[in-house]
Amino acid sequence: MRTLVWSAIAAFALLGVGMAAAQQAQTPRKGGTIRMTGPYAASFGSLDPHVTPRAQDQIVNQAIHRPLYTWDTANNRLALELATDVKASDDGLVYTYKLRNDVFFHNGRKMTADDVIWSYTRIMDGTKGYPGARYIRVIKGATEVEKGQAKEISGLKKIDDFTLEITLTDRVEPGYYLFSGTTAILPKEEVEKGNFAAHPVGLGPFKFKEHIPGSRVVAERFDKFYKPGKPYADKLEVLIMAEAAARDVAFRNKEIDTSILGPAQYVAYRADPELSKGLLEVAEMFTRAIQFNPSFKPFADKRVRQAFNYAIDTDLIIKRLVKDKAYRATSWLPPSSAAFDKTMKPYAFDQAKAKKLLADAGYPDGFEFELTTSQNESWGLPIVEAIIPMLAKVGIKLKPKLVEVTVLTEIAMKGEHQAFIGSNLTGPDSLATLRCYYSKTPRTACNYTSFSNPQFDKLLDGAAQESDAAKRNDLLRQANNLLYEEAPVWFFNYNKAVLAYQPWIHGLQANPTEITHQYPEDVWVDTRSPAK
Amino acid sequence: MLVVLVRRLANIVPTLAAVIAVIFLLFSVLPGSFVSAMNEDGRTTIDPAVMERMRKEMGLDDPLPTRFAKYVAHTAMGDLGTSFRTREPVTKLIGNRLWPSLKLVFTAMAFAIVVGVPLGFIAALKPGSVVDTISMVGAISGLSLSQFWLGLMLMYLFALKLQWLPSFGYGDGGLRYLALPAIALGVGPMALLARTTRAAVLEVLNADFVRTARSKGMSERRVVEWHVLRNALVLVVTTIGLQFGSLMGAAVVVEKLFSWPGIGSLLVDSVFQRDIPTVQGCILLIVTFFLVINTLVDMAYVAIDPRIRYR
Repeated sequence: MRTLVWSAIAAFALLGVGMAAAQQAQTPRKGGTIRMTGPYAASFGSLDPHVTPRAQDQIVNQAIHRPLYTWDTANNRLALELATDVKASDDGLVYTYKLRNDVFFHNGRKMTADDVIWSYTRIMDGTKGYPGARYIRVIKGATEVEKGQAKEISGLKKIDDFTLEITLTDRVEPGYYLFSGTTAILPKEEVEKGNFAAHPVGLGPFKFKEHIPGSRVVAERFDKFYKPGKPYADKLEVLIMAEAAARDVAFRNKEIDTSILGPAQYVAYRADPELSKGLLEVAEMFTRAIQFNPSFKPFADKRVRQAFNYAIDTDLIIKRLVKDKAYRATSWLPPSSAAFDKTMKPYAFDQAKAKKLLADAGYPDGFEFELTTSQNESWGLPIVEAIIPMLAKVGIKLKPKLVEVTVLTEIAMKGEHQAFIGSNLTGPDSLATLRCYYSKTPRTACNYTSFSNPQFDKLLDGAAQESDAAKRNDLLRQANNLLYEEAPVWFFNYNKAVLAYQPWIHGLQANPTEITHQYPEDVWVDTRSPAK
Repeated sequence: MLVVLVRRLANIVPTLAAVIAVIFLLFSVLPGSFVSAMNEDGRTTIDPAVMERMRKEMGLDDPLPTRFAKYVAHTAMGDLGTSFRTREPVTKLIGNRLWPSLKLVFTAMAFAIVVGVPLGFIAALKPGSVVDTISMVGAISGLSLSQFWLGLMLMYLFALKLQWLPSFGYGDGGLRYLALPAIALGVGPMALLARTTRAAVLEVLNADFVRTARSKGMSERRVVEWHVLRNALVLVVTTIGLQFGSLMGAAVVVEKLFSWPGIGSLLVDSVFQRDIPTVQGCILLIVTFFLVINTLVDMAYVAIDPRIRYR
């Protein structure tokens, strides 16, 4: 009996210790160093966020700088970042922001409405070609500044130091435009000193400390950050590691806290009992597809495009070649979109149906076409090689044309292709994403398939005018479904981004806009981290 | 001697002029541009109006002869232009990377010389022996191994398994971080040097003047030190010069693998992103480095072999 009692006490004690440990693991710890990686290139382009739209640079810029809005990963929606409140006018064109009055730049100065106005005006400097201009152009009068016809953006009005009125040119959700890192708010006096990219001063949770070009950026905790108690870590290091194999060794050697995985590594990590415990997965807003050029006669026929979708065993390719590091695409919009229709079923693998559709379209013996592709392992030549025999079975002969990935967009813009396979940013603004299929959108913008469908246009026009979010999403959902039916592309997959993380790092976010773009103020490391 | 050196260095100028023209033309016909490369794997989108402004700002719409004239004029003044990607002067970007690159190249070459030359020498003195066989098998393997694979194996062994060294990065720039990339980069030249040294020493060992020296009763050590070593050195120094000169360009793979912030990784990124001014600047530097090193090697011949004279 006594043994039993002691066993029970011991069990409770162990349970208590376990619960305490679990509690400790959940309570953010102050201090420590976060070691993230920059996996997309062997260097950072610029630490001036207005200069660069690159995913690699945004990893750092998200720690040092901030735009007016951010992406709320937990709730999968836009969120005000530098303002506490926003009110829209009845016509949906005028937005009045109550800016936070506790936002300080790293030089100690408080941010005001003047900084927002100055930053947006800088972005519209037409002599510079800043990438964020495409977003600020939605503000009334911005285009005039870009063209050099005005010095001030008429749609920006300072009510007082912490109240800003923004007038838009169109009835759109401004958050989708003003959450891009390329529209970050910068301190004028620091930028005008010159050499800003070498000594960036922002208002983000971490302040710049050191940049060794081609190696790393180090930032330190900014104590006057506007979110109380954050950031947790003392230091943030973003280490450049462009080679996946080297990143793998460094991760296993505990030299880095996070690592983005490719398909081959994903298989290995999933099979490892320890490494598999630290995998963060999300369906990113990238849709991979073969886009058909209707100026090549067979692709002008909807039945041919649908036959293409029926002829390929997409699930098999995702499983065998992409190693399940992707989700089957069931529309152009990704699952994270509010307009995504969860009930949509993918095109079945049905070669008999494909043959019939081809015959109905006047191609009983198929046809031959050239597919422009890059070497990308997830949406390039390996995938093309896999679909060649599948298409051959229905009579379609595919000739691959290999180009460098940097050339792909240029080819698509010029229309110098019969079809091309690529990855496409399809979020978070569903309306802007679907506008790539609007008949008036030129090929140079993004309508690479020269898609033109009056019914689709009508749905999009309706969505653009609709102020009720639910109704707008419903119209977008209909448009998205119509697009799937029309099949201007072969719907392949949505990228499944996988971030491997060490057991001592917490607070990572499954950010569907780009998983490497973490909000580092929410990330913390416990005492097991080997980094000092 | 100084006059000769100055004259030899002056000879570099026309070579560099030719290189400048070739680089410019090559990258002018290369498909794709910096602006379209910004799309980077479909991760971002950039609108046509911004693209147009960027092209204008960067002078990409100017006619080819105009661009070439501007490029030559600026280069002649020591201005390598402004990076499309960072919007900073290319000289600054290269300046940031030069010291890490030189550190890597010099350390790799030191490793190659310190290991390769004695190895080849010992192998030649005992041809057919176990030492000879092992060193030559090692040398051939070293020549055949890809830098990428070797680098990964070094990481795996010395970082992951033995935990002696960090697997990547620049750290404080010290030897701990430098060791693995330098070995990965130096193994190829080391292997070539070992083979070249062995061949050169073997050839001299069979020369008439060595036979004469031996027949005069000179000790073997003195024969080797006085006659063999010095005569074999010309070929060895030539190999060192060629390897040394090309090492900065050859470091591309190693730098990227180990995240070493040198000229090579800057070049790779710039090529992929079509940052043409930076690519041109990097190639110009690599070619200049090659030419200068080889000029210095030419001058070293005079010191090694008194029979060689430059007019």
